[in-house]
Amino acid sequence: MKAENKKEEGAKTGRTRKFKVYREDPTDGKGGEYQEFDVQVEEGMVVLDAITYISQRVDPTLAVRWNCKAARCGSCSAEINGVPRLMCKTRVDTIDGTITVGPMRAFPLVKDLVTDVSSNYEIEKLMPEFKPKEGISSPWRMNEMDVGRSQEFRKCIECFLCQDVCHVVRDHHAAYIGPRHVVKAASLDMHPLDTLDRSEWLTADGGLGYCNVTKCCQDVCPEHIKITDNAIIPEKERSADSLYDPIISLFRRFSKGKADRKQ
Amino acid sequence: MVAYDRVETDVLVMGMGGAGLRAALEIVSRNLKVVLVSKSLLGKAHTVMAEGGIAAAVANVDSKDSWQVHFSDTVAEGVYIGDYRMAEILAKEAPERVYELERYGALFDRTPDGKIMQRAFGGHTYRRLCHVGDKTGLEMIRTLEDRVLHTGNAKLLDETVITKLLACNGSVCGAVGFSLRTGKFIVFECKAIIVATGGLGRIYKVSSNSHETTGDGIAMAFEAGAELRDMEMVQFHPTGMVYPPGVRGLLVTEGVRGEGGLLFNTKGERFMLRYSPEKKELDARDVVARAIYHEIQNGNGTEHGGVYLDITKKGAAFIRKKLPGMYEQFKEFAGVDITKEKMEVAPTVHYFMGGIRVEPETARTNVNGLFAVGEAAAGLHGANRLGGNSLADILVFGRRAGISAATYAATSVAPKLDYREAEAEISRINSFIDEAGRGSTNPYEIIDELRDTMSSKVGIIRNGKDLNSALQTITVLKERAKSVTVKGGVRFNQGLLGCIEMEKMLLVAECVVRSAIYRKESRGAHTRSDFPNKLKEWKLNIICARNGSKIDLSTVPVPEMPEELNALVKPEVYA
Ligand SMILES: Cc1cc2nc3c(=O)[nH]c(=O)nc-3n(C[C@H](O)[C@H](O)[C@H](O)COP(=O)(O)OP(=O)(O)OC[C@H]3O[C@@H](n4cnc5c(N)ncnc54)[C@H](O)[C@@H]3O)c2cc1C
Ligand code: SF4
Ligand code: SF4
Ligand code: FES
Repeated sequence: MKAENKKEEGAKTGRTRKFKVYREDPTDGKGGEYQEFDVQVEEGMVVLDAITYISQRVDPTLAVRWNCKAARCGSCSAEINGVPRLMCKTRVDTIDGTITVGPMRAFPLVKDLVTDVSSNYEIEKLMPEFKPKEGISSPWRMNEMDVGRSQEFRKCIECFLCQDVCHVVRDHHAAYIGPRHVVKAASLDMHPLDTLDRSEWLTADGGLGYCNVTKCCQDVCPEHIKITDNAIIPEKERSADSLYDPIISLFRRFSKGKADRKQ
Repeated sequence: MVAYDRVETDVLVMGMGGAGLRAALEIVSRNLKVVLVSKSLLGKAHTVMAEGGIAAAVANVDSKDSWQVHFSDTVAEGVYIGDYRMAEILAKEAPERVYELERYGALFDRTPDGKIMQRAFGGHTYRRLCHVGDKTGLEMIRTLEDRVLHTGNAKLLDETVITKLLACNGSVCGAVGFSLRTGKFIVFECKAIIVATGGLGRIYKVSSNSHETTGDGIAMAFEAGAELRDMEMVQFHPTGMVYPPGVRGLLVTEGVRGEGGLLFNTKGERFMLRYSPEKKELDARDVVARAIYHEIQNGNGTEHGGVYLDITKKGAAFIRKKLPGMYEQFKEFAGVDITKEKMEVAPTVHYFMGGIRVEPETARTNVNGLFAVGEAAAGLHGANRLGGNSLADILVFGRRAGISAATYAATSVAPKLDYREAEAEISRINSFIDEAGRGSTNPYEIIDELRDTMSSKVGIIRNGKDLNSALQTITVLKERAKSVTVKGGVRFNQGLLGCIEMEKMLLVAECVVRSAIYRKESRGAHTRSDFPNKLKEWKLNIICARNGSKIDLSTVPVPEMPEELNALVKPEVYA
């Protein structure tokens, strides 16, 4: 990519690859189009390297959101050849031919590759917060196994790729909060000392019923969280239990224990 | 006429890393108005990358641990030029801050009897790091983010870049910035500002840091009259990835060594036995980093310029549970399976011990109403930071900075902001944008040259000749920087962001280099081949202060510890 780098690493691929990058500024009303760039590649290069090369060296007006370049912050979400992926985690050498990079389609466009994901924070505000049992003696004790179940969901880097791929979120925006937020609810519900059950909230307010368990979200998650299997299905089951069985529902509402949870 | 939005608040918190978020909670709980800004999106700040854990002497694993030992480790590993009062506060308060984070909802790994699990880390006498696998920073950010979102009373302006602090009669009264998303300029009017903008790792070419860490807050505080200290103290982490080139510098957590990973050179020798027979792989970072550097210099490194780090003997199940992030990172980026193969590693710029000089208890700077905290502030770590002490730092001093700024804002009258000064700054930022783009200099040419210079001349082992040459380069770059322009508008313009970061980077880099030239000894992270020994007369802190457009350097003695604290610390020895 950069002359200095190549010298230093001795990676003399010298090859260029074609990138088609989506350009649109919704404020000018001119609509969008893909623009072609040829970028020199070096060994191990990721798509984000090419995009930042363009925005730093060729056209600074190319809007792109990124920060860690280590697949840890969840900023650089995009659609690469139509698939929702992190640009910093997608190696160029895993893709043949032209590489097309576009913004996530489920969110309003800010500019070029950047979308407005603020609706996710609004949903987060509505999510019933962690509510620990009262009066437990400090420091708290928890079993490692129990903790592990919730920790799977806490790997989420809020890249919102699962939101992007979900057809329900794409088509019926307001109706269903989306997989990321079910994962969040599950991370709280599975906390060994949490006292709430968010499954009813997920169904009544969150539109969880719209999810028809296609598992597309789970396939794109860069953290390999089993979103559908471990978060969505158990939350659906819990909410079904409590909705159809008023006694369990009542019991759940008033009992602080979680031992009866299906996990 | 320049157009801008006005935002009025009691306290402006610059930064949504752990320090900024933790500080904001204190301000909200005192019913004051707070606005937080961040260059990156909420939840994406550099803190999210932290891996290994939070150092706190909760003594869950090693019952002999105590605040006294944590204090003593911090002072000794900081090579006796850290601020002992900050070390004492940190050691005493970190346990409560960890338990508090747990009460906010963070879920730590557990010991067999269900307490918070702790792991070994370099330079800590006992297993002390409370952790969540190798994603501790993520858990911290998410927990604090949730908390801040649910308070409802904090105004969050993420993807907003502050370019200048405004002061009136020696007190801060506001700041100027712009929103990346809307492209609008914003003038902030406030009573107090907390600088929680993190470090400056990205002034180097090879660094483990997020790309937003360009020293902005340190530079802006300096320009507003705040003193900086220990600017020569840049921590190199011993183990960064070396291959492929695109991820060079990416961190390989110390947790790998903490969990039993061993270092080998290409001759198959476990060389740390030679450099540090007692602490071996888990000696302080500066020691291990120099050892690796020497092995590579002596021709015992791999073709990509690294040494080997091997954890395979721990077995796949253990590795994937304890180091899932590392497993992924190597598999995805390098195509290496660390449960079966060795990793290739070399030192990488990781942390900045220097920064804004603060009063230990209150995080106040020498400018009224200006507070600094976290990696942007200095003092706690002295010449070398212990792993895990930074996450502890941002919780402990984040809370304290929040309390101090809130107390200050509640009792001070809003100063009058000079809008002409704000408008002048907006015009200055606008002047970077040149529609015609008259063949001007690209900011990234300058940034890249600065990074190359810092990495090659202001690295692990320094000398006067290289340092002076680096200073000359910076002087030339500063001159060239005047002709930098970009095309386009303000919204998400990477070039414009580059212009602003470039200015800040040049300023902080100059402070780093000048301080490094000034310190004529080797201590902690600062090693000079022309002054290889640690010297008693250099048990001092170097202060940078602004004098017009010049940087004035001076020294202050390290405060003497009271007898009862001194007794806890093993005495400093000089060769
Ligand atoms: C890979 C890695 C692993 C680490 N692991 C550990 C660990 O295990 N334990 C430990 O203790 N420490 C660790 N550290 C160090 C630790 O993560 C950091 O020192 C710490 O998170 C710094 O937090 P902070 O809140 O001070 O700043 P940051 O998290 O850096 O946040 C800075 C904030 O300021 C904002 N900002 C900056 N400039 C501007 C501007 N001009 N305008 C507006 N906003 C601005 C940024 O956008 C960001 O929101 C690690 C560091 C790295 C890189
Ligand atoms: S499983 Fe449900 S949430 Fe996931 S993509 Fe399919 S419909 Fe959406
Ligand atoms: S669950 Fe996975 S895909 Fe969805 S936001 Fe989190 S990390 Fe991204
Ligand atoms: S830049 Fe952080 S995930 Fe890609």
